[in-house]
Amino acid sequence: MALMLVKFDLKKRVKLAQTVWFMYWFAVMAGVLVFSMGLFFKIELRKRSELMDNNESHFLPNLLIFMGLIACGINAFGGKVCYDSLDPSKFAKWKPMLKNFLVFCVVFNALLFVTALLCFVMRIPLQFTLAEGLRSGMKFYKDTDTPGRCYMKRTLDQMQMEFRCCGNDNYRDWFEIQWVSNRYLDFSAKEVKDRIGSNVDGQYLMDGVPFSCCNPSSPRPCIQFQMTNNTAHYSYDHYTEELNVWNRGCREALLSYYGGLMNTIGALVLLVTMLEIGVTIGLQYVDSSLSTLVNPDDPESESEGWILEKTVKETFTDIMDKMKAMGKGSKVEEGEAAVATVS
Amino acid sequence: MAVGKLTFTKAEREKLAEVLWLLNWISVLTGAILISLGVFLKVEIQKWQEVMSDQGILYVPNTLITTGLAACCINFLGGKICLDCADTNKFLRWKLVMMPYVICTFFFTSCVLAGALMCYSIRSQLEESIFLGLRNTMRFYKDTDTPGRCYLKKTLDLLQIQFECCGNTGYRDWFHVQWISNRYLDMTSSIVVDRLRSNVEGRYLMDGVPFSCCSTLSPRPCIQQQISNSSAHFNYNQQSQQLNLWRRGCRQALMDHYTGIMQSIGLTVLLIWLFELLVLTGVRYLQTAMENVIRLGDPDSESDGWILENSLAETARSNFNIIKNLGKCYQIDDDPNINVPTASAEQEVPSRGVHIPVTS
Repeated sequence: MALMLVKFDLKKRVKLAQTVWFMYWFAVMAGVLVFSMGLFFKIELRKRSELMDNNESHFLPNLLIFMGLIACGINAFGGKVCYDSLDPSKFAKWKPMLKNFLVFCVVFNALLFVTALLCFVMRIPLQFTLAEGLRSGMKFYKDTDTPGRCYMKRTLDQMQMEFRCCGNDNYRDWFEIQWVSNRYLDFSAKEVKDRIGSNVDGQYLMDGVPFSCCNPSSPRPCIQFQMTNNTAHYSYDHYTEELNVWNRGCREALLSYYGGLMNTIGALVLLVTMLEIGVTIGLQYVDSSLSTLVNPDDPESESEGWILEKTVKETFTDIMDKMKAMGKGSKVEEGEAAVATVS
Repeated sequence: MAVGKLTFTKAEREKLAEVLWLLNWISVLTGAILISLGVFLKVEIQKWQEVMSDQGILYVPNTLITTGLAACCINFLGGKICLDCADTNKFLRWKLVMMPYVICTFFFTSCVLAGALMCYSIRSQLEESIFLGLRNTMRFYKDTDTPGRCYLKKTLDLLQIQFECCGNTGYRDWFHVQWISNRYLDMTSSIVVDRLRSNVEGRYLMDGVPFSCCSTLSPRPCIQQQISNSSAHFNYNQQSQQLNLWRRGCRQALMDHYTGIMQSIGLTVLLIWLFELLVLTGVRYLQTAMENVIRLGDPDSESDGWILENSLAETARSNFNIIKNLGKCYQIDDDPNINVPTASAEQEVPSRGVHIPVTS
């Protein structure tokens, strides 16, 4: 008893082949879409790789690019087969490899589904990479004279302004590191010496933030220095002042950006997977309907089409038997070879 | 002597009609492109409208949008007409509409040209508008509690950050404006009182700039206060001063941005105008060829097509006469069609006998 049996006459077969060919063209464009999404994601990761300590994993975008390319290839081939299926002579040359191609398609669809799941799951390692990267990035903010780190200040400033965030968890992270280089500190001044002496590591720490933390929506000019000292500024209370600097931490901002991007890509890949499953089923129907012609010489005769020749359970047991037979076959050969060598 | 006279066989006329049908459909697409260019320019101008003093600049994108809409409608109609023109019988349906259609297309094509030229000519008006607008915005930077001006601080800060510019012509413009509101000044402090007294209008001026002027390329943390006083900061050398703030003025930055956009748009619109001119010429030839075919009576014969029936000077003269005579509607003299009764009409005119020759 075949799975989802449908009867076909010539008109229905032609309609099926045309529909599946059309769907294959959509699927080629979907493959291009997956490829371009992988490329875009890769570029976005590279743009901010300094903030992730140059340590980020490019596994997911590379996988998306690879799957997109294979999808394009498979779907173009499938479209060609469907186009040729209308002409029995042309279809005959594709017939032998169609079964293997369909098995390959099923495997590919499973991999595509796994890729979609990965898009949702890879958020977690990204979170840790970002936390580490931002912390060390802030440490190197002042090292604009060290080769290899001289762009860190610029990258951090631009990121804080673009993503509207300040520091790792919040703006107080800047109070814990020295972000003013020693080159610009007057070591003969008493104030500088006091500050450096006030902590164990001899760092110039202050309750101030860089200018890129400033919020343009604030009604008053930005207060960057002596932020916790209410008396240093007129009519200022740092507990109630919310609009002065950005309140959000950059780890959270970047994570929500990349998380949103990955969710969108995952959702789109799921849709592409469903389209791919649709075209695979369509091709299976085309193949089965053309192999079961009642009268093989008459192209106008009726035929049947199905998804699986037997029921799911029987197909499964068939596959298991085949695999067991393959396993036994190699054992029998070994046994014979052993017998041959012994005798 | 006709201008641009060409002879068309029946096959050539049909080919011309087909080609024109296709070109008219492409013109509908270019009309859509024109609309989208207009919308894009409008959005770009409206983004920074608050720093411009004169809202009249919006007439350029509005012209482009209306012309684009007109292009879509006219060329859609033209496609339909040209498809019918291949057949003489169907052409008769459109015969009366053809001439007004050609005249409308001519006017609309000149509108497209006017739109393209506007994109280039608006530069000086834009510069003036941006200069005045920026000056006012800088003056109202501190007025974040005044309704209608409360967003100017945010707009100007975002402008300076995005376009990497500072002030109107340069960062020194901020030294002449009070950009800190009196709400945040401690009037009891002697420093503040001294500064307020130091100038005629009682403004709190200082050699400092807002944070949005800070350059991200600077190797050292941004110096916003006491910029002209090199002894106030440690190791404040020439290079530090150069890289500290953005050197470009925002007027120049905005002008460069908009000039770039409008030059590209102007060039595209000029190309669209050339294409429309081509379509117009084709339609004119088709119209005159079909009219001549009908005049000759034989639908399969060759016919002439032209741009103008007489030379340019004669056509201009005859059109001018028509316009002159439009005003003479109610004047009776010299019109041969009007019967002017004279005194001799009252006499009877004897009928003349008609001599019929008798054939034998």
